[in-house]
Amino acid sequence: MAENNRAVVKLKERFADALLEYKEHRGEVTVTVKKESILEVLKYLRDDLRYNFLSDVTAVDYLGQEPRFMVVYHLLSIPNKDRVRVKAPVTEADCSIDSATALWNSANWLEREAYDLFGINFKNHPNLVRILMTDDWVGHPLRKDYPLQGPDREPYKGRLS
Amino acid sequence: MASEIMTLNMGPQHPSTHGVLRLVVELDGEVIQKITPHIGYLHRGIEKLAEHRTYHQTLPLTDRMDYLAPMHNNLGYVLAVEKLLGLDVPERAKLVRVIMAELTRLKSHLVWIACHALDIGAMTVFLYAFRERELVMDLYEMVSGARMTSNYFRVGGLSRDLPAGFEQKVQEILDTFPGHFDTYEGLLTKNTIWLQRTIGNGVISAEDAIDFGISGPALRGSGVDFDLRRDLPYSGYEEFDFKVPVGENCDTFDRYKVRLVEMRESVKIIDQALKRLKPGPILADAPQVCYPPKESVYNSIEGLIHHFKIASEGFPVPEGEVYMAVENPKGELGYYIVSDGGNMPYRMRVRPPSFVNLGAIEKMAKGSMLADLVAVIGTLDIVLGEIDR
Repeated sequence: MAENNRAVVKLKERFADALLEYKEHRGEVTVTVKKESILEVLKYLRDDLRYNFLSDVTAVDYLGQEPRFMVVYHLLSIPNKDRVRVKAPVTEADCSIDSATALWNSANWLEREAYDLFGINFKNHPNLVRILMTDDWVGHPLRKDYPLQGPDREPYKGRLS
Repeated sequence: MASEIMTLNMGPQHPSTHGVLRLVVELDGEVIQKITPHIGYLHRGIEKLAEHRTYHQTLPLTDRMDYLAPMHNNLGYVLAVEKLLGLDVPERAKLVRVIMAELTRLKSHLVWIACHALDIGAMTVFLYAFRERELVMDLYEMVSGARMTSNYFRVGGLSRDLPAGFEQKVQEILDTFPGHFDTYEGLLTKNTIWLQRTIGNGVISAEDAIDFGISGPALRGSGVDFDLRRDLPYSGYEEFDFKVPVGENCDTFDRYKVRLVEMRESVKIIDQALKRLKPGPILADAPQVCYPPKESVYNSIEGLIHHFKIASEGFPVPEGEVYMAVENPKGELGYYIVSDGGNMPYRMRVRPPSFVNLGAIEKMAKGSMLADLVAVIGTLDIVLGEIDR
């Protein structure tokens, strides 16, 4: 159960105000926190709970829902051999969140990719420029309202079959 | 005498960059001051495409990421979807997957040693390693009909059973490969040129390696004893007996030793799996997800309809999200799949090991000579198809 997970237990004590939701699905624990507290939560998980390896930073676009984006961090504890997923909601109007580069260097390129493909601004990132698309590209391809076939094309309406 | 920083462009078409990688290097004489990698030349939008394809149709896309280890990409993906579905796979399918995954590790590491050695001046190893790799490719062709884009695994098991004569061919590899590894080591491990090019090159401490998110053999070369196959096992790896090699000096030579031991361990794993392989079903008993057997498709109308439904509509996956990581030859290959309950992934994120490892290149090569940068690219063992996706 998620209540018994070591990360959830501690986060409930320390960050009661910032913790929005926690759940367990298929043996994986997900905690959702307010984006204002994301750096404090990640720092606490890294230093005190030894989730020392930032596997991944990415985003999910829930177009039509509010808040629209969810920034997702996958943390791994090499000493404890377990994982936790931390999510932080980001609205379309204020599409920004603090950069985790202050905690992990691995966040540098991963956040650049999330910026490139989703248009999420990572505040205080040392070099927030596009990484996969060309520098002069317009739009953010992994957003749900970006047409599959590319810019200036009809939005994809599903397979014909 | 006045001196100034020279900016040198390396790639995107350069034999030592292992694909279309472009590095803008700032040099003071021959000493590297700054490296700016430019990637994305192979970006095909696989994550975007996956949102518009059924779960089975997404599978062939994953072959085309790390094209030196296609079956590992398939493995991570099918395990992620099976985790979302809560589907268990028959024992035989698990064992065959392990055999193919470890053969893939051999295949990938053979390309690594071949290209890495060629890059820093040892051509003989290249010719030998590619000769051996061809044997693994033959096995790929036997099981899937393709040498590289295998698409052999299926959600729920395998696309078909092993062909006749497969086990004998694998046994030949098990018997001969350790001798070949000795040959490579004989050519390199005490070779003065090799030692001078690799010892003390591309040093990254364990703390820095974790900080930069380096995974796989490069992380173990820095002395971090962590292997997903042993520490967070999947596909039945917990039942195998193998060693996880760890380096001490955090340099290119230690990463070389780690990978060589890994190849020997892969041979042991395949041997154990082969001994345990028994006849049995290769697909889970889940008709709503798995393709029906070919005999039923060819000989009955119900089977044909079943096949058609699975191929055209796919199958719905319950709402939820999972992150499934496997120990790819390059490092931690993770699939983060979000399902909204439909027949296509709502979001598929691939955590590419080479992408994250490449992010540390400046840390590893800064202050060394330009020629050593080539050795650092080789030791990181990057594949641009997976970096750019």
